[in-house]
Amino acid sequence: MEDIIVCKDLNKYYSGVHALKDLSLKIKKDSVVGLIGDNGAGKSTLIKILSGAHQPDSGHIYFEGNKVKFKSTKEAMNLGIETIYQYSALIPEMSIARNIFIGREQTQYNVGNFGLMKTKTMQDDAMKALTDVELHLRSPDTPVNQLSGGERQGVVIARAMYFKSKVLILDEPTNHLSVKETNKVLRFVEGLKSQGVTSIFITHNLSHVYPIADHLCVMARGEKIADMEKKDTTIDHLTDLLVNG
Amino acid sequence: MKNLNLKSLLVRPEVATFIMFVVIMIGFYLANERFLDARNIRIVMGITPEYMIVAIGIAILMISGEFDLSVGSVFALVPMTMVQMVHQGVPPWFAIFLGLMIGVIVGFVNGFITLRFGIPSFIATLGMLYIARSLTTVATAGFPPPFPHILPNELFVYQFELFRASLYWALLVAFVLGIMLHRSNVGNWIYATGGDTNAASSMGIKTNNVKMFCFILCGFLAGFAGMIQTFRLEAPLPSQGYLLELESIAAAVIGGVSLFGGIGTIFGACIGAILIRFLESGIIMARIDAEWFRAGLGSLIIIAVVFNTYISRRATRIGQNKAKD
Ligand SMILES: Nc1ncnc2c1ncn2[C@@H]1O[C@H](COP(=O)(O)OP(=O)(O)OP(=O)(O)O)[C@@H](O)[C@H]1O
Ligand SMILES: [Mg+2]
Repeated sequence: MEDIIVCKDLNKYYSGVHALKDLSLKIKKDSVVGLIGDNGAGKSTLIKILSGAHQPDSGHIYFEGNKVKFKSTKEAMNLGIETIYQYSALIPEMSIARNIFIGREQTQYNVGNFGLMKTKTMQDDAMKALTDVELHLRSPDTPVNQLSGGERQGVVIARAMYFKSKVLILDEPTNHLSVKETNKVLRFVEGLKSQGVTSIFITHNLSHVYPIADHLCVMARGEKIADMEKKDTTIDHLTDLLVNG
Repeated sequence: MKNLNLKSLLVRPEVATFIMFVVIMIGFYLANERFLDARNIRIVMGITPEYMIVAIGIAILMISGEFDLSVGSVFALVPMTMVQMVHQGVPPWFAIFLGLMIGVIVGFVNGFITLRFGIPSFIATLGMLYIARSLTTVATAGFPPPFPHILPNELFVYQFELFRASLYWALLVAFVLGIMLHRSNVGNWIYATGGDTNAASSMGIKTNNVKMFCFILCGFLAGFAGMIQTFRLEAPLPSQGYLLELESIAAAVIGGVSLFGGIGTIFGACIGAILIRFLESGIIMARIDAEWFRAGLGSLIIIAVVFNTYISRRATRIGQNKAKD
């Protein structure tokens, strides 16, 4: 299988903190990659770079074989890399439909980048996008703050699917979720593979990602300390790496 | 389903404000029947449009997550410079244009200082409140200049049977900006930016540009509204718009605009502004000491916000319980 993303020797410093040290990584197309590591290991830093939110201080990124330099998340999104951030992916007070289309509204009567939203189309498409990830909600006009944590992750995943993302990066999508809600999210992610979406699943809870991952990558102190296929490893081995670095 | 729609309508803050509006109107009417006769409506609605326009600008800016405390000063500075320019021989329409540009520039400076230096807009615009007021006094040059009658003030304030032209201007502003805020993609960006700036920018929205746009719009509208007031009074006063910044925030908040951004409507801000003016009139007509107006306004602000907070908490809880079923 071909690699969709290749990182070479990425380094990132935050005012003195060496958050990413010569990190190289290959991600195969249509796989689920589990990115694990303790707090402060550099996981979020790595995915912020992959998603265009931050720029590396050195190193290169290749996407589908081409060298890329993302100056903004928009640039990464345009290529099909969609990121679900650890803390903020949805606007709580806004409706599901509006959230799904933030920054990518369907408009008519356009003047330049501005236009009137096709509210009805957006509502219908939002419902369809939700159904596609097996999420059945009452109305696309429900504000997101009325949804449970798992449903919110479902909305975010539906959004990524709707916009035909090739790579979906999820930063701790199961944080603060009940067991039932966690399973829901895991099922969403598992479903992505068959739809031709590569996902990078970040967590420090190995038991969440292990069942659905094809590939596992362990980070500690800004470095990659292990990188293997699931079939070449065991949960005990990974736990040992996580605990002892 | 019908029941559900009614419920979701009732939890909308501007609907609660509207109900409050109706109740207060009836209350004052019962206290004095002349409260709702044509004469009083003509008086109140003659001055209300100016406050509506400022409140709309403030509401949009607050929805984007920022404040502007300088609107009261801009409300005075813009018409004062227009008048003085006309006295210096600038053609009236060009003076109007240049005056309105001052509102735009003040808005831009407010936005620039806030966003560039990452300081709270509360502070940046507090500074501007003093600066713009001071400039107005300087521009007054001693004592208020006479109103130059070559300015086309009738176009903005002509008194029709019941309403002034300014009301139609205010409604036009409300309509156009209502479409912008509630129906256009720009509106979606404004709500997203005010709702959660980080999430919005991670979705590719240029949140600083969105906020800058709202700052400029707010400055422009404050100046435009101030111009209308000067045109109505036919007297440019350096003290015009004193404390207006707080009153417009009050109007927005009473109308359901959140202090934390991301929530609010144009309709709510307009109702808030109208409510304040009728409250003022009602207190006078009920022969209560006019000094009670501020106490009434204060109580209204507190009641409105407490009520809205209570309702939105309840709505969130109901929703989450349902989702768990
Ligand atoms: N914006 C920033 N400014 C300064 N230091 C930062 C910044 N972001 C991250 N760091 C530092 O970089 C290191 C790696 O942080 P990162 O957020 O990537 O870790 P993580 O693996 O995602 O941890 P967690 O599991 O807690 O989310 C930490 O030491 C952190 O303090
Ligand atoms: Mg993290």
